[in-house]
Amino acid sequence: MSQPRSSLLTVLDLVPFGQTGQESRFFALRLTHPQWEQWRPGQFVMVRPTSFGLEIPWARPLGICHMTARHLICFFQVQGRGTRRMAELKAGDTVRVWGPLGNGFVMEPDTPTLLLAGGMGIVPFVGYVSEHPRPWNVTMLFGHREPISCYPVDSINEHVPLDSLREHTPGDLDNFIFSLQERMREYAEQNGLVLACGPLPFLRTVRKFAGELGVRTQLSLENRMGCGVGACLGCVVRTTQDWPVPARRGGLVQVCNQGPVFWSHHIEL
Amino acid sequence: MDLSVTLKGQSHDLTLKNPVLTASGTFGYGVEFASYGDLTALGGIVVKGLSLLPREGNPCPRIVETTAGMLNAVGLQNDGVEAFCRDRLPRLPWRETPVIVNMYATSPAEFGELAARLDSEEGVAALEVNVSCPNVKEGGVLFGQDPKLAAAVTAAVREGAPHKHVMVKLSPNVTDMALMARSVEDAGADSISCINTLLGMAVDLRTRRPSLANVVGGLSGPAIKPVALRCVWQVARAVKIPVVGMGGIVSAEDALEFILVGAAAVQVGTANFMRPDSAFALAAELPAACKRLGAASPAQLRGALLTD
Repeated sequence: MSQPRSSLLTVLDLVPFGQTGQESRFFALRLTHPQWEQWRPGQFVMVRPTSFGLEIPWARPLGICHMTARHLICFFQVQGRGTRRMAELKAGDTVRVWGPLGNGFVMEPDTPTLLLAGGMGIVPFVGYVSEHPRPWNVTMLFGHREPISCYPVDSINEHVPLDSLREHTPGDLDNFIFSLQERMREYAEQNGLVLACGPLPFLRTVRKFAGELGVRTQLSLENRMGCGVGACLGCVVRTTQDWPVPARRGGLVQVCNQGPVFWSHHIEL
Repeated sequence: MDLSVTLKGQSHDLTLKNPVLTASGTFGYGVEFASYGDLTALGGIVVKGLSLLPREGNPCPRIVETTAGMLNAVGLQNDGVEAFCRDRLPRLPWRETPVIVNMYATSPAEFGELAARLDSEEGVAALEVNVSCPNVKEGGVLFGQDPKLAAAVTAAVREGAPHKHVMVKLSPNVTDMALMARSVEDAGADSISCINTLLGMAVDLRTRRPSLANVVGGLSGPAIKPVALRCVWQVARAVKIPVVGMGGIVSAEDALEFILVGAAAVQVGTANFMRPDSAFALAAELPAACKRLGAASPAQLRGALLTD
């Protein structure tokens, strides 16, 4: 595993996603290569454009969408003032990036693996499916609110079958939860693996089913972070009595450097 | 360029190879930052506040970003002194770089007990006494707002740790910084560090809730630099012991501003969150920044403020 490092990278381009004719809130950010030797899908980077100046102190944690031999690609949705400023980035602008951070998802090439993504939770799976040596063992269920064109689904579809369900009404959410449970049941029966990333209510639902069905499940959390390196203690989550380190059972651990991916039975949500 | 500085205390001096320290609570236990720079290139490492027993801290959300700053109400979550001495301290390069332990307790007697425990640790060069945390219910900033209590805590640490340099960290949330500073100097402090965070608050209009579960928290970052400079200037004029300045320092020039108003050394805090190699970069840039100002060393600028 590469030691994380801090580097000043250059923006190659910022590609908007979503319907044409509408102001985009979803972007793929392509940066020059940070010169790490290795990374794992599910790891993340802290990204701080030089244009944040002194006004916006924190970097923003972004899941690593993908890395090629020449590029680092992140994906973000405009949510607040930081990501709004990031949406103004242009080719040639500089950004401070530190990473790769966190642990990443487990990859078991021969295990039937179900990927569950809610909204922006799709991001780390782009890298996961392209790095997976036997993608025929992987399938994905994706729930989202915005039009499908807002998300990088094409890069997933290239590798693994993807079922998506858009939430228009509260009834759709019930259908999604039903599908979630049914698919998790299938994977429980074949002793498979479930990996989930998305908003907290979604992860809570996945965690509940994981417990009921007894299927091995990892969850990727996106708690608010100040530093990304374990120092600010802003992103902590409570562990259960199953946490591997006895002294930390029932205590608080950082999501940034102990996660962001956790076995579902290791944490309280 | 000679960047070294000796904090000449009443009982013990503390010699630093350069005046750049990290601020407690922003640099973890130091090891978190080891992949971003050479820890031995720093003047000193001030670790996250320690208490006798582990503390869980406050509920989340406990940090929030504000304009040019941030609020935190972490509430001194830490592993406790024993875990630190056993697991963390041996991983720090304390023979090359002084490790300063920030310490918190809920009474003068408990401060004394914690000081005595740390006094026997060879790897600990100095103690930074936290009488200024705004985020804890017991003690904390209360100690730092009452000159008698602050003196009692200082005296208890001084007595408990007769072999260590004792630095007392003051709160800006007081009417008269000079009064507090003189009080801890008289009680035996070897140096003073200031400022701790300013009590602040942020709210979310949409949810109509406070942004922090604790409602209020400590403000840090570039936003507080003018307040911090004022406090350091007032304290440096009020006492004979050295002052370590902090509050919004991001660049080498920021550091030199604190030295100009009287600080002997500085601490880099929230800037460590703005990029994890901040403190390393700042220490490396210090000689060039001095040269640009025509100063032979940071020490030459110390207290050289012209006010006529």
